[in-house]
Amino acid sequence: MIKNILNLGDAALYCDFGSDVNQEINSNVIKYFYHIKKLNLKGITNLTPSYNKLIISYDLNMHSFLSLKKKIENIEIKENNKLEKNLIEIPVCCDNNFALDIKRVENKLKLKSDIILEKFFSKNYFCYMTGFVAGMPFLGDLNQEMRLKRLETPRVKVPKGSVGITEQFCNIYTFETPGGWNILGNTPQNIFDTSNQLNPNLVNPGDTIKFYRITLDQYNEIKR
Amino acid sequence: MKSKDRNYFKILRAGINTTYQDLGRNNLYHIGIPFSGAMDKRNFQLLNSLLQNDYNSPVIEFAYQGPHLKYFGKDIFFCISGNVSFKIITKEGVIDGNSYQCYLLKNGDEVDIHSTNKSVYGYFSINGTFGVDYYWGSCSINTQAQIGPNNGNKFSKDLEIEIIDINKSFNKRKLDYLGSTIENIRVIKGTNYDYFSESSQNKFFKESFKITKLSDRMGMRLEGPKIENIVDPNIKSEGLVKGVIQITSAGDPIIMLSDHGTIGGYPKIATVISADYDRLVQLTPGSNIKFKDVSLEDAETLYKLYQMETNNIISQIK
Repeated sequence: MIKNILNLGDAALYCDFGSDVNQEINSNVIKYFYHIKKLNLKGITNLTPSYNKLIISYDLNMHSFLSLKKKIENIEIKENNKLEKNLIEIPVCCDNNFALDIKRVENKLKLKSDIILEKFFSKNYFCYMTGFVAGMPFLGDLNQEMRLKRLETPRVKVPKGSVGITEQFCNIYTFETPGGWNILGNTPQNIFDTSNQLNPNLVNPGDTIKFYRITLDQYNEIKR
Repeated sequence: MKSKDRNYFKILRAGINTTYQDLGRNNLYHIGIPFSGAMDKRNFQLLNSLLQNDYNSPVIEFAYQGPHLKYFGKDIFFCISGNVSFKIITKEGVIDGNSYQCYLLKNGDEVDIHSTNKSVYGYFSINGTFGVDYYWGSCSINTQAQIGPNNGNKFSKDLEIEIIDINKSFNKRKLDYLGSTIENIRVIKGTNYDYFSESSQNKFFKESFKITKLSDRMGMRLEGPKIENIVDPNIKSEGLVKGVIQITSAGDPIIMLSDHGTIGGYPKIATVISADYDRLVQLTPGSNIKFKDVSLEDAETLYKLYQMETNNIISQIK
């Protein structure tokens, strides 16, 4: 299922699963990720799954590119190896104070805000990967008519909990960070929990997310 | 603990970006947490070796200007690594300290770390253990994700740094080491090297780039000839590693450093080899650098040589 393994610098394998972004390719990436993670190979220092790549970082004192490449190429993963999937429901408040870019999205998509939100909440989303900043999930896919580009000028600070869309994807800002996604609302739910060392991420690759809409009162109630 | 039994430093001035660091945390990229850890691993290693500490003991890292510390407690030794100017203030007077040399501190003595010279990072530690909390097996502070002791924040004035253990059998040691600098940064061509025009590929290796002030533990932004992208200024977001050089939409290189974002969507023109990482991070804003292309096999050998050199320096501690 890995098409090609290149080197990324001198201490990482760059496993290429294809150039498209779809759930089939991504599920293969995630299967490899979990499989290799379970093997607990000595000297592997990081595994980074993304839409269609898996990067394997290693300790140069313990591996060289060619020997580790061979090891990874020899891994066999059964096609019917099922991915563990959780369904996670996440509340989102789309009050004007939170829906920072709803006007922009209305203009770009030529849809009314209630239609946009109805379409957004009517679908379940698949988690392709997490990262960039701790715990941030990259989710998809949005319907064709919901797709637009990111902001021309990224925000210097996107508030924590913001739920944003761009192209076929949506995400949740787990920390206040710079960012350019179109923000439709905010979740009071903690998506990344530093105090939970075993499983700090609420959402993991392969999971399914269902967003549901809440009022500002409900938002404040959960926050409290 | 009664205050008279405590051994601690009080921070009179925090310095710039002063944090605890160790070797960092592994196997968390997939949830968005980078390695972190001491930026300059060689100086980290030398410091713990000089102080006869465990190889992964926490140290205090600072950038440009270090902290001014006042010590309270039983006699203790400290040492500083890196190219650093500092003063030791005792009842007998004030002396200039030398890096890679251990000094005794008594109750009430102070260490004032003025600056790093022609370099960015310096390290401070003691013959003992700082009282730190561990997060995913590391006490490294990642201020961007607010992970680590001190609530993931850099040190501030009046903070007290607890010492939970002093190695009483310690003998004062020193090392004659002048540090190691580099002008050409050696890189391996990146996975998106062919995204860039031939003339830009040439410029990347022939012309020099200036390190800008927009450089920190997350990344180093460079300025120089614009690198022209002829395929697509973005790629589908994918994992990054330390040392990756991405080219932004504006055509400028940005090098990923220890606290970098784990995923990125800019094309990768090259990656800095592991052997050159410690010396890269010590280059100050305003410095000009040139990139030199090396093969993967050479990079692997150069790393082994670099490690041997580090061990050789450690063996000269007396």
